[in-house]
Amino acid sequence: MEVDSGAEIQDTVISPEKAEEAKLKARYPNLGNKPGGSDLLRKRLQKGQKYFDSGDYNMAKAKIKNKQLPTAAPEKTEITGDHIPTPQDLPQRKPSLVASKLAG
Amino acid sequence: THTHSHPHTHTLTHTRSHTDIISTVEFNYSGELLATGDKGGRVVIFQHEQESKNRPHLRGEYNVYSTFQSHEPEFDYLKSLEIEEKINKIRWLPQQNAAHFLLSTNDKTIKLWKISERDKRAEGYNLKDEDGRLRDPFRITSLRVPVLMPMDLMVEASPRRIFANAHTYHINSISVNSDHETYLSADDLRINLWHLEITDRSFNIVDIKPANMEELTEVITAAECHPHQCNVFVYSSSKGTIRLCDMRAAALCDRHSKFFEEPEDPSSRSFFSEIISSISDVKFSHSGRYMMTRDYLSVKVWDLNMENRPVETYQVHEYLRSKLCSLYENDCIFDKFECCWNGGDSAIMTGSYNNFFRMFDRNTRRDITLEASRESSKPRATLKPRKVSTGGKRKKDEISVDSLDFNKKILHTAWHPKDNVIAVAATNNLYIFQDKIN
Repeated sequence: MEVDSGAEIQDTVISPEKAEEAKLKARYPNLGNKPGGSDLLRKRLQKGQKYFDSGDYNMAKAKIKNKQLPTAAPEKTEITGDHIPTPQDLPQRKPSLVASKLAG
Repeated sequence: THTHSHPHTHTLTHTRSHTDIISTVEFNYSGELLATGDKGGRVVIFQHEQESKNRPHLRGEYNVYSTFQSHEPEFDYLKSLEIEEKINKIRWLPQQNAAHFLLSTNDKTIKLWKISERDKRAEGYNLKDEDGRLRDPFRITSLRVPVLMPMDLMVEASPRRIFANAHTYHINSISVNSDHETYLSADDLRINLWHLEITDRSFNIVDIKPANMEELTEVITAAECHPHQCNVFVYSSSKGTIRLCDMRAAALCDRHSKFFEEPEDPSSRSFFSEIISSISDVKFSHSGRYMMTRDYLSVKVWDLNMENRPVETYQVHEYLRSKLCSLYENDCIFDKFECCWNGGDSAIMTGSYNNFFRMFDRNTRRDITLEASRESSKPRATLKPRKVSTGGKRKKDEISVDSLDFNKKILHTAWHPKDNVIAVAATNNLYIFQDKIN
């Protein structure tokens, strides 16, 4: 194939970082374009947030003193009404961000 | 990079196991004591024993001197916030008398601990027996002066000050000022200045909280006082910048005196750029002329007189640049590595993955990768340098990037202030390496 002397040879090598970025965007198309932005930082600031209602807990403890305490369901976000969370049931602390940063 | 004939040959003297993951390591000013804090809120202090007569060619060992529970887990019911007992940082105070003092902090509360020795006990009291029972005063017919008798050494740790309720966000740094009277504590958005004697008040000296949290673009990641100038401190950010502040200029140091940032090539910017530029640690050199910053892939040395770029950049594990996607997915990209200087500021050290840690000689520009693990280090044997293979062909003894264990991170390391002794925390094991004297 004849190459025009004036034609440039396309540089198809992209930086490893950009290649990784493309990989990530392919896996998570909903990922926002502001990675270091406020969402990520605010989740970082919220580390340690646990939704435990001491009022619910103490009232339920008083109500069912003699009965077996029902254990919290694995899905910890659904703590309402009859579900009695105990401090022992609180999820293990994760050192990194609480909510998935990949969630839209 | 040369991996042979490194100027220092390191031997492992011993290891210690913590129950929990070690979260901070710090030598005191003389290097006699080494403090470690862990995820369970415990502090373990090691003391350097004098050289043994049998083995004069080895430096003495570090043995457990004191262990105490510094912080307990707490729950802030008002904010539904769980407060971890994990010790984020320990900083020693300079020694002024026989007792040793250190500051230890978790996410919310800083405590001043006094560690003192008791090796004498008074015996021969008049009013009570040796076992403590009160004597019948009417039976006492003569008076005696109690005598101080030697006893087995007891090391006691007692909390002398508790500095609480000054941080809304999570404390990432504490730093003792060179005036030995004040210290600073930094959280994600604010920095406070304390007096060591006063617990019910602290001065806010930096506040970067925006009026509208939606506009939040960066957080404070680390802060340190200048080693000699008690009016100067620096703080680093999640955007890879460092601000130097002068407390003589204003009470609130929101406006920096110097702003350090390396210019970035806009065409190379990617989704990961800002995340990997986030500075996880900042340390002044002992001389006070330089400072060092650690970001995800490199360590940079800055001359305090030059704000527009670092004077030296060292690649810690550049091969990870082509793994950023998976490192983002498994959260490793957010790991906060620390860095440290040796006593003479001629070498720097920082950790990596697979229990590897890296040392860079600033003069010869040589670097070395070593491993802190029981399998690869036998006591008193020389450490073998490690190499990660980046190309297609993997040489014998090299480890490929894909075989690295990203759960084995070395985030915390410390260098003795005078000697070639280093402490490396690998998960819940502490390794102490020393130079062979010969």
